Amino acid sequence: MPVSTEPLHRALGLTDEELAAIVALLGRDPSDLELAMYGVMWSEHCSYKSSKLDLRRFPTEAPWVLVGPGEGAGVLDVGDGLAVAVRIESHNHPSAIEPAQGAATGVGGIIRDVFSMGARPIALMDPLRFGTLDDARTRYLFEHVVGGISAYGNSVGVPTVGGEAVFDDCYRENPLVNVLCLGVVARDRLVRAVAGAPGNVAVLLGASTGRDGIGGASVLASAGFGADSEGKRPSVQVGDPFEEKRLIEACLELFEHGLVVGVQDLGAGGLSCAASETAASSDAGMDVDVARVPRREAQMTPVEVMTSESQERMLAIIEPRHVDAVLALCDRWDIRAAVVGHVTDTRRFRVFDGLFDPARGTEPDPAALADVPIASLGEGPVYARPRERPWSQEALVAADPWPELARQFPDGTDLSPELLALLATPSIADKSWVWRQYDHQLFLNTVVGPGGDATVLRLQGTTRGLALATDGKARFCRLDPRTGARLAVLEAARNVACAGATPRALVNCLNFGNPEHPAVMWQFHETVEGMSEACEALGIPVIGGNVSFYNESRGADIDPTPVAGIIGLIEHLDTVPPPAALGPGQQVLVLGESRPELGGSEWAAVVHGLTGGAPPDADLVTAARLHEFVRSLVAERAVLGVHDCADGGLAVTLAEMAIAGECGFSLTPAPGLAAAAGCFAESASRVVLSTTPDAAAAVLRRAEAAGVPALDLGPTGGDRLVVTGAFDVGIAEVTRIWRDAIPDALGQREGGIRPSGRV
Amino acid sequence: MSARVAVVVFPGTNCELDVAGAVEQLGGTADLVFHTETSLHGAGAVVIPGGFAHGDYLRTGALARFSPVMAAVEQHAAAGGAVVGICNGFQILTEAALLPGALQKNAGLKFLCRTVECRVETARSVLSGRAEVGRVLRLPINHFEGAYTCDPATLDRLQAEDRVVLRYLDNPNGSLDDIAGISNTAGNVVGLMPHPERASHALLGSADGVVLLESLLAAAGAGSVAA
Repeated sequence: MPVSTEPLHRALGLTDEELAAIVALLGRDPSDLELAMYGVMWSEHCSYKSSKLDLRRFPTEAPWVLVGPGEGAGVLDVGDGLAVAVRIESHNHPSAIEPAQGAATGVGGIIRDVFSMGARPIALMDPLRFGTLDDARTRYLFEHVVGGISAYGNSVGVPTVGGEAVFDDCYRENPLVNVLCLGVVARDRLVRAVAGAPGNVAVLLGASTGRDGIGGASVLASAGFGADSEGKRPSVQVGDPFEEKRLIEACLELFEHGLVVGVQDLGAGGLSCAASETAASSDAGMDVDVARVPRREAQMTPVEVMTSESQERMLAIIEPRHVDAVLALCDRWDIRAAVVGHVTDTRRFRVFDGLFDPARGTEPDPAALADVPIASLGEGPVYARPRERPWSQEALVAADPWPELARQFPDGTDLSPELLALLATPSIADKSWVWRQYDHQLFLNTVVGPGGDATVLRLQGTTRGLALATDGKARFCRLDPRTGARLAVLEAARNVACAGATPRALVNCLNFGNPEHPAVMWQFHETVEGMSEACEALGIPVIGGNVSFYNESRGADIDPTPVAGIIGLIEHLDTVPPPAALGPGQQVLVLGESRPELGGSEWAAVVHGLTGGAPPDADLVTAARLHEFVRSLVAERAVLGVHDCADGGLAVTLAEMAIAGECGFSLTPAPGLAAAAGCFAESASRVVLSTTPDAAAAVLRRAEAAGVPALDLGPTGGDRLVVTGAFDVGIAEVTRIWRDAIPDALGQREGGIRPSGRV
Repeated sequence: MSARVAVVVFPGTNCELDVAGAVEQLGGTADLVFHTETSLHGAGAVVIPGGFAHGDYLRTGALARFSPVMAAVEQHAAAGGAVVGICNGFQILTEAALLPGALQKNAGLKFLCRTVECRVETARSVLSGRAEVGRVLRLPINHFEGAYTCDPATLDRLQAEDRVVLRYLDNPNGSLDDIAGISNTAGNVVGLMPHPERASHALLGSADGVVLLESLLAAAGAGSVAA
């Protein structure tokens, strides 16, 4: 950090009022170390001070929820004695500054959160947002974020089974790098972040502590970017997946042998956060001796040791009688382990430098460098920040793109060029350039990998499976955050329904701009409302989440970007679910109602630059009915193909199914709707099915009985994609445009060694 | 008695549970053998599974060859026992000079995880004894350094001695002569980049790896008598 005359508390990210509160609760001026610890613990990133009030709104309970929000990961019961731990996090700011390490350490951190619950991490998903690929720095960020995830995730041995990559100019200087991790644990082997009884010792496991990542939570993640962002590069941590892999194996063995009371990851806030939170959750105290912390560099100060965010470290709380066994087990895996503290009954968090002696028991030591009420670190300020719907919102929503598009594309216009343009937009185009760099098969669970609607994993040892999907469309949220947030939940839920799964839990990553802007707090509040409403209507508890504020560059906030991750349960997974693909000799049906809803659509906004309007209607009752109907059809294997209808509308959905199945179609458009709207509107709660010709009538009858609108569009076959009166394109051309868009934008088409088939 | 397979675990190995699971699904017994051990405990076959042994630091496989267990693996191979290296295991076997050549970075300079088609080129190896020559198998690959290379004399020998076990139909990584897997002269040591264990169940999209693993179990059963 540059030398300045700024008071220390401000340099640490604390306001004058927050400093006054610290002085009041301590009854004296804080020491530099104490100030640094409060600076980290009361940062937006660690304390959720701007979001806490709103987050209480989420529904969090269901009979199958074993652990809700607030711990390392949320945990749900999936039957047969198994539980699944899930968490989602953002690593946006580090990735904007140093994309490869920023993304890699995001992966490392979330994995530690999951195995800290005793679960073996078995899957990662990466929802990503970038600027547009015509910008050189965006291409650099995109390539290196993907490269960082690939390098770390593959090496650490946790498969990356899905995710998203969306491109929009609002993320140009502030990409979003969200990462979800899922682990599996026997229900009776769950581990919690607790300290247990006084006398227990705290053992620091893993990497040595260095100067990297100091101020990551307070300096990076809790402020926007300005001209000096490059100077924040030292606040980005550096990852070592090999260390993490050994740490995973060592910790899982410690759990298996019952050697630990509790464990917590050292993430944001480093040792200060992990040690204080663990003890505070057991209503105990903690004494830490910084002199016992293994260090990477000489002459580190206690402040540096206590706030370092060096990666690949865990804090385990163990009973004193197990110390030797723990050290021996760690030695087998070449994992550093050092006793750095002990649990006390003081309810205070105290830090010493070289004075700590376990034999002293809980005697107070006059030379403590820090001595604060332990609960006060986790009880930061809570702000009800001003929120206000911006005056410009009205005009934005009123600017419906459809009248203009209807004028430009009256019925009878050949829409083939429009379809091709949509398939070439990077948000819609083939993403295999991304996910082929990820090991997405390790552990032999991946039944449906990346690139489809939902990822499907088998749960070995049972007949069940999991379906996972992450979704979030910021363009809808920009127009109407409440409806946009509902739509994000609905799309993720629809995706898991397409895999035959019932949604059981949701985790969210809420990426927003500066919370000190009233418009951003309005977006945030509306988003939480919308997401809560959708979860309540669909019976999905929120079991965890993450808030990332200050996503902005030089004063411009990103579009509100809530990402919903839904975990669905498949009761019987004995065969692979129907693909999002068409085959010859099938009949194509569409479920749900199509309307001229073009606001925020890919076609209006990206292809034609018309960014206003209202998002599609997000009726929750209609959605719930559709999801259950689709789930039952898929579960019974009553359909041959199924695909969620979303970005780019029905035409893109059909084209994706044709490409995947290498099979054309010849369809009739829906009656009573302009052809362009029928093709490209993004009305919610629609799903495309394909069936045998004989089965189509039965599916239509069942749809009617279930109260789900359904329409027979016509037969598949041939090598052209034809919708009468709308478009007529050859499958080879469609496939080439869709497949090559991203590699071409990066100048990386594989040419001779590119395979022609699908994976 | 079912065939026993030792599955070697280095720090950083990550496919050991997958290989062990696939072996047991086919009726074999799998023992995980940590890299510090000096004995294979009488197993009839050894698999060095995929992953990032010792982080792949320095160079893939370069550190793993010095682990204590490798002496036991070399002894097993010298006695004619079956040894198979999958992916990172193949890299380790070349570093340990149990197989010739080396694996270099993919031609596209990107990690590649995808399913490819491979043709069985010979049945005279412990991994392909039960496979039909010419049969095309759909097998996943998952590597950054998978482009096989060797000097021209070695390539001539591999071809002349019928030691190319698998070839890619559509070369994904720039391997010399489309090589996906090779054996030693005797056919008891095999290295391959594709992962047969990832193609061991219909739910995973392919069960084409089963014939390779069954070949190995047959060899392990025969080998355990001698051991």
